[in-house]
Amino acid sequence: METILEAKDILKVYENGVVANRGVSVAIEKNTIHAIVGENGAGKTTLMKVIFGIEQAQEGEIFFKGEKANIRSPHDAIRMGIGMVHQHLMLAPDLTVAENMILGNEPRRARVFLDTERAVEITEHVAQQYGLQVPPDRKIKDLPIGVRQRVEILKALFRNAELLILDEPTSVLTPQETEVLFKTLKDLKEQGKTIIFISHKLKEVKQIADRVTIMRDSRVIDTREAGELTEHDIAHLMVGRDISFERLPAPVQLGKPVLRVRDLSYVNDEGILVLNKISFDIRAGEILGLAGVVGNGQTELIRILTGLLEPSEGEIALQGETLVGLSPRKIREKGLCHIPEDRIEEGVAEETTLEENFILDRYYKRGFSKGLRLSWKSISEHSEDLIKRFNILAQSSKTPVSSLSGGNIQKVVVARELSADPEVIIAAHPTRGIDVGSEEMVHRLLREARDRGKGIFLASADLDEILKLCTRVIVMYNGEIVAHFQDMSAVTGKDLGPYMLGVQREEAVSGKVSA
Amino acid sequence: MERFLLKYFTLIRVIIAIAIGIVISVFLIYLISEEPGFSLRSFLLGPFLSRSRLAHVFETASPIIFCGLAIAVAFQAKQFNIGAEGSLYLGAALGTAFAVSTNMPAFIHIPLVLLMAGLAGATWSFIPAILKARWKASELVSSLMLNYVAYFLGLYLMNFHFRDKEAGYLVSYELPESAWLAQFIPDTRIHYGIILALVFALLVYYFLYHTTTGYEIRSTGFNERFARFGGISVFKVVVLCQVILGFLAAFGGMTEVMGIHRRFVWQFSPGYGWDGIIVAIIGRNHPLLIIPASFFLAYLRVGGRVLNLMSDVPAEMITVIQSIIILLITAEAFLSQWKYRVTLRQAERGGAA
Repeated sequence: METILEAKDILKVYENGVVANRGVSVAIEKNTIHAIVGENGAGKTTLMKVIFGIEQAQEGEIFFKGEKANIRSPHDAIRMGIGMVHQHLMLAPDLTVAENMILGNEPRRARVFLDTERAVEITEHVAQQYGLQVPPDRKIKDLPIGVRQRVEILKALFRNAELLILDEPTSVLTPQETEVLFKTLKDLKEQGKTIIFISHKLKEVKQIADRVTIMRDSRVIDTREAGELTEHDIAHLMVGRDISFERLPAPVQLGKPVLRVRDLSYVNDEGILVLNKISFDIRAGEILGLAGVVGNGQTELIRILTGLLEPSEGEIALQGETLVGLSPRKIREKGLCHIPEDRIEEGVAEETTLEENFILDRYYKRGFSKGLRLSWKSISEHSEDLIKRFNILAQSSKTPVSSLSGGNIQKVVVARELSADPEVIIAAHPTRGIDVGSEEMVHRLLREARDRGKGIFLASADLDEILKLCTRVIVMYNGEIVAHFQDMSAVTGKDLGPYMLGVQREEAVSGKVSA
Repeated sequence: MERFLLKYFTLIRVIIAIAIGIVISVFLIYLISEEPGFSLRSFLLGPFLSRSRLAHVFETASPIIFCGLAIAVAFQAKQFNIGAEGSLYLGAALGTAFAVSTNMPAFIHIPLVLLMAGLAGATWSFIPAILKARWKASELVSSLMLNYVAYFLGLYLMNFHFRDKEAGYLVSYELPESAWLAQFIPDTRIHYGIILALVFALLVYYFLYHTTTGYEIRSTGFNERFARFGGISVFKVVVLCQVILGFLAAFGGMTEVMGIHRRFVWQFSPGYGWDGIIVAIIGRNHPLLIIPASFFLAYLRVGGRVLNLMSDVPAEMITVIQSIIILLITAEAFLSQWKYRVTLRQAERGGAA
């Protein structure tokens, strides 16, 4: 087989001293789908950024089609025939598909005016050539994420990409959309393209890849034929030890409802109805899952439950006491805690120390201050205790949070929230982007809280996580609850997909209480 | 060695910046001056060469410390209120008005006048604070604009209501002696204001780092969404830190009036509020670091005055030289490439990984 791209001994150190790639070498064979797997923080994305010219490596060489390539910018990479589809799509939302396609080398009339008709023609032509359907006249913001991704792929193909890099393309897709994407990738391979596919989902890797490179701790562990490996083998190589794929058995007995939500509606500043009469209960001793494609009202729902946003209508009650109109502090004092969706923006203050992060919700309470005066000694003791109990890798309680890894930062958040001893835990994407070890730990903590009789609300974009942990699941689409699964034992991701996409809905779920 | 460099990077950077600033100044002075050696000596050593000049450094530093502290409290909450100058001017004017219209024993009069001035300054900075907290109006813009309003209000008050017509120049009535801050070192004008400034630096330090309210202010500055998420009232912090700013600035301005001039003499705004921003940035908003930063700036200012008086270097050039030094110190990215290379070498050895 012919090698299209080879990276040799790549060393990449970021400005903050993090070594992301250390002696990384990988060879990509032409006309294959090559998966690069590894935990978050293993260095996959960095390697791709180096190949695509977004980051410059300190050491190492890259060879493209047998010649040494000097890639200083994405511009160089594109010119050579390398295309990249980023995890967060890089499209202009207010422009149409055709306009996005030709952005950068626009067809013109009389040298100044954009030739829109020609742009549409080009788009249709390229779409036809590769057998990918896109609506050229629609604006990007009106399209579902799967179609947007297709536009991004087409855009790379239009720029004559021979090697296509996809960075975790399935993390934003439903199972059905993922299947469509995989078919597309296989078709492209048939047409002679080479694809690098980054993922940490083993099932997908098995399904699509010809060859697999496994990365761990900034190094390449091995590159093998996909056929030689089982999912368990890959997982073992990725993590360095065995991990469990098993589902959490349902609790023996469900408790009383602890959080009651009735007819909750929210109209945002632009007058759009984001939440439409949401009703559900969270019971003691269960994990209630919230599934849905990102952007269907989940974020707003959670912000309303935690007092960070005012609902337009409706009622929320924690053990019979209303939460509507209370400040976030009052809500916390009533026994609700919140693991936020965005841990860097909301969960922590990165610049400051662990201890100042730990006391956010309790600095004014007894034991942490006397009158106005902070008791630093007991704060430090408390923090050291949390570091130990939650197994946080940090030198001391005076270490700045910014020096921790993503997984450990999340542990800081989880440690603070769970140590508040809440009755209800609202967890939004609690394991997004963290390493498998930390993920296991967060899952174990949630399970233990459940078994102690806490009510847990888990919103996650990771269906495997929902399936693994939840007792019951509600699905949100377009601001409404469209499905409610009482018994999760036989439910798979494919069962949830049609509801998440809005192609199917249970009759009269909305309005009815999902309890 | 390299670990040491990384640890004290900020300090080393400030020292290198000062050194480069001085080298450039030397170069400029050689270019301009007929007698460069003498000019240079006036600028760099001038402040130390006589008792009165050295005293002048202390006198200048004390209102700058107050304004630096004021700015630091707001900046720690990431509220970029630059209204210290306005609060200082108007607060001192109203404090003067209060002092000349009342008469009581010194031990009540002094604290009361300082308090009145402080409250006036606090009330003034409450305006941008509430505009920000309630309607999200940029405090940067509104406090800047209000500086001019404060200046003209204060000027009006002094020129039309408290002007001493017998003084022969535009000043207020003299303060009653009961409202004077004593000058405690003979033959200098060093007054108790400097002691108050140092005490306040300690108080502000304690307030920011050892009280619950200080924690609220700093947390809001670290990450406003984080603070809101955790239940801190960001509204309260936004208002409070700016009110404190106004109080401290006006208080500092009033000590200067009571300790040095004993009248309101500022026909032009004295600029301490702006110097406060500079020392807050040099001192990284830390109350204790603001003290040396203020002395350094006062030294530069006095050196500039000596240079202006004694040599042929024009006043404009002095401002240029001062600005270059300040600019180098405050440039965050200065030497960051060098720091990166050191970090890199450490990481390659597996040190920082």
